[in-house]
Amino acid sequence: MDFLQIALVLVVLLVLAIPMGRYLSRAFALEETRLDRFFGGAERLIYKLCGIRLADMSWKQYAVAVLVSNITMVAIAYLILRLQGVLPANPSGIAAMEPLLSFNTAVSFLTNTNLQHYSGESGLSYLSQMIVIIYLMFTTPATGIAVVMAFMRGLTGKRSIGNYYVDLIRAHTRVLIPLSIIVTLLLVAQGVPQTMEPTATATTITGAEQQIARGPVASLVSIKHLGTNGGGFFGVNSSHPFENPTPLSNLLEILSMFLIPASLPFTFGFMAKSRKQGWIIFGAMGVMFLAFLLLAYFNEVNGNPALERAGLSQTMGSMEGKEVRFGIAQTALFTAVTTAATTGTVNIMHDTLTPLGGLVPLGEMMLNCVFGGDGVGTINILMYAILAVFIAGLMVGRTPEFLGRKIEGREMKLIAIAILVHPLIILAPTAIALATDMGSAGISNPGFHGISQALYEFTSSAANNGSGFEGLGDNTPFWNISTGLVMLFGRYISIIAMLAVAGSLIAKTPVPETMGTLQTDNNVFLVILIATVVIVGALTFLPVLALGPIAEWLTIR
Amino acid sequence: MSRTRTVALPKDLYRRAFVESFKKLDPRVMMKNPVMFVVEVGFVITLLLTFVPNLFGGESEPLFNAVVSFILFVTILFANFAEALAEGRGKAQAESLKKTKQETKARRIAKDGSLQMVNSTDLRKGDIVIVETGELIPSDGEIIEGVASVDESAITGESAPVIKEAGGDFSSVTGGTRVVSDQIRIRVTTDPGESFLDRMISLVEGAKRQKTPNEIALSTLLVSLTLIFLIVCTTLLPIAGFVNAAIPVATLIALLVCLIPTTIGGLLSAIGIAGMDRVTQFNVIATSGKAVEASGDINTIILDKTGTITHGNRMAAEFVTVGKAKLEVLNKVAAQSSLYDETPEGRSVIELAKKQGLSSEALQLPGSEGIEFRAETRMSGTNLADGSLIRKGAVDAIKKYVTEQGGSIPSDLETKANAIAVAGGTALAVVEGKTILGLIYLKDTVKPGMRERFEELRRMGIRTVMCTGDNPLTAATIAKEAGVDDFVAEAKPEDKIALIRKEQAEGKLVAMTGDGTNDAPALAQADVGLAMNSGTVAAKEAANMVDLDSDPTKIIEVVAIGKQLLMTRGALTTFSIANDVAKYFAIIPAMFMLAIPQMSALNIMNLATPQSAILSALIFNAIIIPILIPLAMKGVKYTPMSASKLLSRNLVIYGLGGILVPFIGIKLIDMILATFSLV
Repeated sequence: MDFLQIALVLVVLLVLAIPMGRYLSRAFALEETRLDRFFGGAERLIYKLCGIRLADMSWKQYAVAVLVSNITMVAIAYLILRLQGVLPANPSGIAAMEPLLSFNTAVSFLTNTNLQHYSGESGLSYLSQMIVIIYLMFTTPATGIAVVMAFMRGLTGKRSIGNYYVDLIRAHTRVLIPLSIIVTLLLVAQGVPQTMEPTATATTITGAEQQIARGPVASLVSIKHLGTNGGGFFGVNSSHPFENPTPLSNLLEILSMFLIPASLPFTFGFMAKSRKQGWIIFGAMGVMFLAFLLLAYFNEVNGNPALERAGLSQTMGSMEGKEVRFGIAQTALFTAVTTAATTGTVNIMHDTLTPLGGLVPLGEMMLNCVFGGDGVGTINILMYAILAVFIAGLMVGRTPEFLGRKIEGREMKLIAIAILVHPLIILAPTAIALATDMGSAGISNPGFHGISQALYEFTSSAANNGSGFEGLGDNTPFWNISTGLVMLFGRYISIIAMLAVAGSLIAKTPVPETMGTLQTDNNVFLVILIATVVIVGALTFLPVLALGPIAEWLTIR
Repeated sequence: MSRTRTVALPKDLYRRAFVESFKKLDPRVMMKNPVMFVVEVGFVITLLLTFVPNLFGGESEPLFNAVVSFILFVTILFANFAEALAEGRGKAQAESLKKTKQETKARRIAKDGSLQMVNSTDLRKGDIVIVETGELIPSDGEIIEGVASVDESAITGESAPVIKEAGGDFSSVTGGTRVVSDQIRIRVTTDPGESFLDRMISLVEGAKRQKTPNEIALSTLLVSLTLIFLIVCTTLLPIAGFVNAAIPVATLIALLVCLIPTTIGGLLSAIGIAGMDRVTQFNVIATSGKAVEASGDINTIILDKTGTITHGNRMAAEFVTVGKAKLEVLNKVAAQSSLYDETPEGRSVIELAKKQGLSSEALQLPGSEGIEFRAETRMSGTNLADGSLIRKGAVDAIKKYVTEQGGSIPSDLETKANAIAVAGGTALAVVEGKTILGLIYLKDTVKPGMRERFEELRRMGIRTVMCTGDNPLTAATIAKEAGVDDFVAEAKPEDKIALIRKEQAEGKLVAMTGDGTNDAPALAQADVGLAMNSGTVAAKEAANMVDLDSDPTKIIEVVAIGKQLLMTRGALTTFSIANDVAKYFAIIPAMFMLAIPQMSALNIMNLATPQSAILSALIFNAIIIPILIPLAMKGVKYTPMSASKLLSRNLVIYGLGGILVPFIGIKLIDMILATFSLV
């Protein structure tokens, strides 16, 4: 029954992802398409209002545009958070957010991380929820989608990598806004509130008075998932009955956070004019995802041996921290999806996962390419594909080439930066946090679980996921500043490096494919790609994982 | 024919490489190889820890530190040895080339026209010397007067002399070769020490070795992997401190050295040097490693028809009578004219005559005398015992010969000779006394085995294009017979460049061979240009490779060597990175087993003790380098096949092998260590 549920969700996902992939390839085509007639009017109006010129950009112009627009966004967000106490739409009378927490929050939502060192219902006014949170929840996945389009054009196109502003607008008009309207309505149908009324007061059956937080929840929850954002309206995120009331809403949320990341490989296939190529990239992500999912599922189903020894029945599996209305299968699936797609929304407290179950979200975020967040996940797997081509491609006796473009010193340098940054910004701050008082003061668990807690926080920040191993006392200057910086480096360094790769590749004359060319659209390459991701991406973290979840697992076994 | 230059490894080559590997320990030299430099730093730190065990606070075992330090030292030496050995072999190649250079005396024509004897080393650019039969040519130069046959076996190994004459494409001569007939005047074209051979030798010696583009890209990857593992290992110390698991510094360094790609890092430069060396062994000299690397990427090879694909107008296909001559007579006389002609075309004439019914008795000619081909007369033949003189040779040469004797030229000679030329063949006239009997139709024949080689190239994904001055009809026939993919008929030198440019515009890399001055621009335009040593100086200057044997088909071998070079690099990189899996399983449990006893569950190899596990992994990491030196030198086995098959094969051997071999190796070493209770 569990497997049937999981299989059903994944089949539905695949059925949706293929046409969505084709749609995305057309929606962002540089050439005119029929979609232009439909969306063109509104878009032209926006271009005119904003003074956007439609000329093709070089990779440098593109990267500058990404940075300039993102800096503007974070400035707006920071100001509103600081001023929310005096701004309108604050019926519950919530005060201004303090500076460091505002910095962390603004950066967190800017980088598509949505790490929350505050609790939504008590920390944010409705205005902040709508303008800071929902606004960034649209623009940051749109930035990710724009960048991945530019990157894929660099790998497959001839003309140029496109125009950032056009891509950014199209990501809104053609993808995120229409989808979020649909998902919002479906969520409302499942009972998710969408209201401007203040917190309700109710009297419980025992006669006590209870404050029930509510607000414009459905609109936030829809884009939270579609945009692989993850920051909940409420502190407990999608385990809150108002954010995720039914199994159907759970399914809807899983599908919406996986939809865009899972369609992008197919988009790539369409753009490369090789649908098989798209399938191989999707396949590699899919195999890794299934492996992680099964690891999580079986570990949770088998229960927690420590609790069993304490006399608690584990026949239902390890239900500590889980919502009974979802059960193990839907929880394991949600957990595997939210960290694969680096959304960070949770329907369970990840802290309570069994040790190896907890290794799953960690591992997926460390790889950061098992579907990954909107846009960036696909960029990462394609980066690993280039790396795989470089290593394996030499073995066929040619200078490595991917889709006809030679991979040379310049590309390798840029990729080296990207693969270097990820472990650096996870391991270095984790080491600092664990070795110093300012860091370890917030860690609520001793021993191996404490290592996991700190490691999780930085991995989640670096991968721009945003979920947490709750229990960490993270609203301190150390954690706010360190995770804020890690989120910024985690997002922008690799985005800029990969845009540079795109700019360098598009300038190359494609080499025609011959019998002597390494084929990247067959199963052999799928194996090579997975092996590259595992050996280069994952083994790096094995020593620290051995000290965290693995040691914990071995000691409670 | 491709002949390999075998260099007897001097006995002291290994000794010299051994000494060199110590010299290379100089940190300034080691810096150039960041991967091995990290190992050297690790060596220094563990060495310090041997004498000051509490250098970084805490306790550590001096003996363990000493052993780790020693293994690291040996690891560096192995890597240095690999490089030194490859360099040494390159030098040995150069030595063998240098032997062709001999100190000679030269007869220089002074300004006043008098002759003076000088040493060849005193010759300067622009000097003019006279060389006579039996003498060595003192320096590279160009013939300005005369025709001569020259024995170039000192360079090419080919014993048959070649004709060199003033003007045209065959005017350049190489120092150290011997004139075997006639006398020539040569203008010296190089100063001493700068001759073509000198420059080539210095390249082979590796004096100017630069990293190739692919080598640079690969080094970038290796450096970034090294940095990643540096981050992993340095952060591990404070992280482990959180759970009070103390890690000795020497153990941490051991983990680092095992994880960074020392295998490929240690062998990378040796692979590159050995790749060029293999080209040299084929008697081809590449001006840069870049050219060798590019040859692996070739998409299209442009080959001249004549001399490359075909023997070059050589085999007798038909006898054509002229005037009133009878075919039987022509048959007999043509065969007799070739009786002493040992060239393939001479033999083919006799063969054809026999096929057409000539009896063997007609060739029993006691008392006859052979007349050798001479560059001046352009004829050869036989003087019979009865005094009749039989000659065969180029049509105009025979015409001149007959006219001089007062004979008449048959009226149909010209037309019939032209007909043969139009069909793409060559006509030789046969004369007995002063009567021209007819023509021998020499036709191009495709060299044996060419078809198979083109088939092989197709499997490698390489397209072959034949270039010929022939008319389209002849070209098509030969192209079909040889099995090339495409041909260009009536090609002018400009057409070759145009073809190369067109292919390059499609992103293809093009290789071509050539020898003439008019080939030079195309040789320069091509990504890989292989010039024949017999060709002009201009052609050799323009090309990035020169074949000392002047065998144009060698371009195919060069492509294979280029591919092999890249494959070797890829295979060893894959092997090196795949090795990490086993090393993790050896070291990680060993590292933490003291603090976290449950970690022994990860000790899947069941290694004896934590210390033996770490040392086994480290020893494996060291000895794999010398074990792989022969592979790095020889290159991985390469048989032409499609990329997919090649990849699957290499992936199983070096990828899967790379994962499994260290599991076995480390376990074996651990068993040995345990047996002798060394740890």
